[in-house]
Amino acid sequence: MAQALALPRSVELPGGGSLPRVGSVDAVALEARAAELAKRSIKRDSKIFALELAIRMMDLTTLEGADTPGKVRAMCAKAMVPDPVEPSVPHVAAVCVYPSLVATARRALRGSAVKVASVATAFPSGQAPLDVKLADVRAAVEAGADEIDMVIDRGAFLSGRIGRVYEEVVAVKEACGDAHLKVILETGELGSYDAVRKASLVAIAGGADFIKTSTGKVTPAATLPVTLCMLEVIRDVHDETGLVIGMKPAGGIRTAKQSVQYLCVLHETLGPDWMTPDLFRFGASSLLNDVLLQLRKQRTGIYRSPDEMTLD
Amino acid sequence: MGAVEKKRSTLAPAGAWDYAPAPESRDIVSFEERYGLFIGGEEVSPRSRAWFPTVSPATEEPLAEIAQAGPKDVGLAVDAAREGFETWSTWKPSERAKVLFRIARILQERSRELAVAESLDGGKPIKESRDVDLPLAAAHFFYYAGWADKLEYAFPGRRPRPLGVAAQIVPWNFPLLMLAWKIAPALACGNAVVLKPAETTSLTALLFADVCRQAQVPPGVVNIVTGDGSTGAHLVRADGIDKVAFTGSTEVGKAIQRELAGRDIALTLELGGKAANVVFDDCALDQAVEGIVNGIYFNQGHVCCAGSRLLVQESIHDQLVRKLKRRMATLRVGDPLDKNTDIGAINSKEQLDRVTELVEVGKEEGAEIYQPPCRLPEKGWWFAPTVVTGVAQSHRIAREEIFGPVLSVLTFRTPDEAVEKANNTMYGLSAGVWTEKGSRILWMADRMRAGVVWGNTFNRFDPASPFGGYKESGFGREGGRHGLEAYMRFE
Amino acid sequence: MSARLPVRKTYKLFIGGAFPRSESGRTLDLEGHNVARASRKDARDAVVAARKGVAAWSSATAYNRGQVIYRLAETMETRRAALAAVCSGRREVARAIDRVVWYAGWADKLSQVLGGANPVAGPFFNFTLPEPTGVVAVVAPDEPALDGLVARVIPALVGGNAVVVVASEAHPLAAIELAEAVATSDVPDGVVNVLTGLREELAPVLAAHMDVNAIDVTGADGDVAALEVLAAENVKRVVRAREDRSPWEIGAFMELKTVWHPIGR
Repeated sequence: MAQALALPRSVELPGGGSLPRVGSVDAVALEARAAELAKRSIKRDSKIFALELAIRMMDLTTLEGADTPGKVRAMCAKAMVPDPVEPSVPHVAAVCVYPSLVATARRALRGSAVKVASVATAFPSGQAPLDVKLADVRAAVEAGADEIDMVIDRGAFLSGRIGRVYEEVVAVKEACGDAHLKVILETGELGSYDAVRKASLVAIAGGADFIKTSTGKVTPAATLPVTLCMLEVIRDVHDETGLVIGMKPAGGIRTAKQSVQYLCVLHETLGPDWMTPDLFRFGASSLLNDVLLQLRKQRTGIYRSPDEMTLD
Repeated sequence: MGAVEKKRSTLAPAGAWDYAPAPESRDIVSFEERYGLFIGGEEVSPRSRAWFPTVSPATEEPLAEIAQAGPKDVGLAVDAAREGFETWSTWKPSERAKVLFRIARILQERSRELAVAESLDGGKPIKESRDVDLPLAAAHFFYYAGWADKLEYAFPGRRPRPLGVAAQIVPWNFPLLMLAWKIAPALACGNAVVLKPAETTSLTALLFADVCRQAQVPPGVVNIVTGDGSTGAHLVRADGIDKVAFTGSTEVGKAIQRELAGRDIALTLELGGKAANVVFDDCALDQAVEGIVNGIYFNQGHVCCAGSRLLVQESIHDQLVRKLKRRMATLRVGDPLDKNTDIGAINSKEQLDRVTELVEVGKEEGAEIYQPPCRLPEKGWWFAPTVVTGVAQSHRIAREEIFGPVLSVLTFRTPDEAVEKANNTMYGLSAGVWTEKGSRILWMADRMRAGVVWGNTFNRFDPASPFGGYKESGFGREGGRHGLEAYMRFE
Repeated sequence: MSARLPVRKTYKLFIGGAFPRSESGRTLDLEGHNVARASRKDARDAVVAARKGVAAWSSATAYNRGQVIYRLAETMETRRAALAAVCSGRREVARAIDRVVWYAGWADKLSQVLGGANPVAGPFFNFTLPEPTGVVAVVAPDEPALDGLVARVIPALVGGNAVVVVASEAHPLAAIELAEAVATSDVPDGVVNVLTGLREELAPVLAAHMDVNAIDVTGADGDVAALEVLAAENVKRVVRAREDRSPWEIGAFMELKTVWHPIGR
């Protein structure tokens, strides 16, 4: 394993001044804290603020075997103008698609600030030879992806080959060139928050710009506690190195209420500096419409029908 | 460490996100203008003809007038309890159980109303009265209801009998919950009670009188006398009581113990504390920070078992204190009825003065005071969450119970030193220990002289879990099977 | 030729495993012997010894404590004659020895009977265990001279406490004979301490002592109220005999500690 340059000082190997400290996580207390934050009551203006921010932070996603250029073009239209009736509603942060549809998305989004994110590295399992994974990444970048969402090799991680996980992230980061790298840990497969913490550190050490919970293909996907756990890693890394890492919970976030809960967790863990699409994203497909509905309800004071929102 | 490029955000952060006020509606509770005493199943005017106002500590707004029970009133209440006991103790235990179950249910049904009343009268955040005080109070009645007709299984080889009339004095920090801790086991065992709530927080006890009426508790089984410390003193001195259960300060507890000397009246005391919360360098740090915050800022630190002495292993002191201070900055101090409030009002002017004085003493002793920036309301009694570093065991703030949101931070080097310092107090109510090493948790738990030891958690309560102190923190247990023993004699 | 004179026994105090005279040098003529009249300072020394004793005794395994107390019964058995001479006789000695044996068996059963696991509503393991309160002062009852003393001292010992006994003024010899049995069993030094002398001098000193955790006033007669007032100064546990033999008699000298720990992955 190469020297972990980006790790906090306390995680350096002996010789760096202190013994490695990955740190640990108490599951019950973590979950209790997340549950407590989920009870924040966000009303009126502060709710509108949160809902609009949630839209600005959204990676509108489609990752189905049945994805077609038509489907992706429709989604891109929605990404740019989520609510045609209410032009003040901001566009989403990015669309997230498979590599084969990056070019389609790129064309559909021309002229807009919406970014194109592509999953890669044999998503979602990551079970392919490294050169295949790297080719996957390069293809997506060449097709115009601004952001790459890679998966870590959970098989390697769970069998204790942490160095291999680290080296893959390093290699993918290099293959990304200028593209931003989000590293998916697939937390639902890691088994414990301690493992999530360790994987987060490895991903960050390898060069992740963002760490991301899940592919959306495994249950559980994103949860509030696992997000809190990863935000705490980001905070520790920032404390010790100054490095600023982003966070992306993905999968299972379907309601406006959930998105506000995530923002409370973010707000009270990393503070206002992280309240930007540059550093926090939601990976979601059905969340957007619920946020739009709630936003309209908030503005009109009347409960809305789902039929008011477009299904793209 | 190589040079690390600090990545800058290209988009400006969204800016400060101020949570809009989210007040719980106070319409759900309506107070009478005046509350008499609850004696023999009826509200009666005090013979003393004395009344005093009860105010909201968050706004200083008067909420109602409360009776100041004098010696005659207390005597009447004890007589009523004696009569209540004569019937209640002959009830079939299974029927007594049903009454307690009813109380539990009614507390659940009226929980929002009672939670709002508790926060208004006592100043505690609604999220705590709603999520902690009320659910636990109801759970306590539910738990002891189940015991009422199973008492012969509680203590093998002994034949349990009720004691008679229990005089119960509760503090102002968890008014209704402490009432539940007292009344539920007493009634389950077949006793009648005269309960005296704290002077500043009588309203939920008086609302509880109405709960008793709804539950059809027989007259005289529960009697409530309000008033200041003198009412409590009359109660303890009254003829006809068989038991005193007191929760409050060590000073008053000692006075009660002296008062009862030679009278062969059963006594349980749940008194003060100065709990050590011991944090080892291998702990789950962020969760330890949460535990520390919950340990000392829960209920404004008005908690006898509060983790007010933080003992940190020296090697992580700076890191932990940094994390702690940052976390404190997110604590929301203000309107107790706002659902997002983490820290409410100090219960009384008197208590605020005491907290203020002790923190001043800490400054004079050379400790370093930190308070996160927070705007305190202008009316009412408030104290910002405070952490005091550079504290030594010899400082007054490390020895005296402050009973406010003030944490003293001390350091240790080895497990043995941690135990030594943790136990270096006349109190012994609770203790905390944070480490990922299982064997060390048990080693520490074994050695810390405290009635409750929280390993990798703090300030957890449950009706099934016995609670009570070592040393000058009192004796007797409340909660669990052990809590029954305080309300029984054995043949 | 004169007849052989018997060798008389000197009855001294029992503190920290040794048999010192009173530091005051005073004695009392009781039961036909010059019995040491312990002073306030002797009481102080006994509490210091007991505090040391409780550290060793309470950290011994329950199994070990049970064996040691059983060993005390064995030692008492071999001293039956001597013990019988200082109490009402052989039947009382037999009762006392059987009581010791009965309590010896409780040492490693107490926590199962007095403690337990508590089913709290949350992801926590929670258990309650009895622990010794610490240093216990025992004001010994006058009657029965030996068994009355044993009935108060042994329950305190079984739980892991150390005791400081204020011997009966009427029957100080029984207390010292018992101390000699204790000294020759495997009870660690300081776990049992015996003060002979005047109860009215000694009991208040122990009742007021800030490093005594509990006081058994079973033998205190008319002094109880005064002792209780003193005991309140450090919230001492004030214990009276309730039952002849019972684990709850042991429990009266014990604290209950409840430990919480999260259950999580």
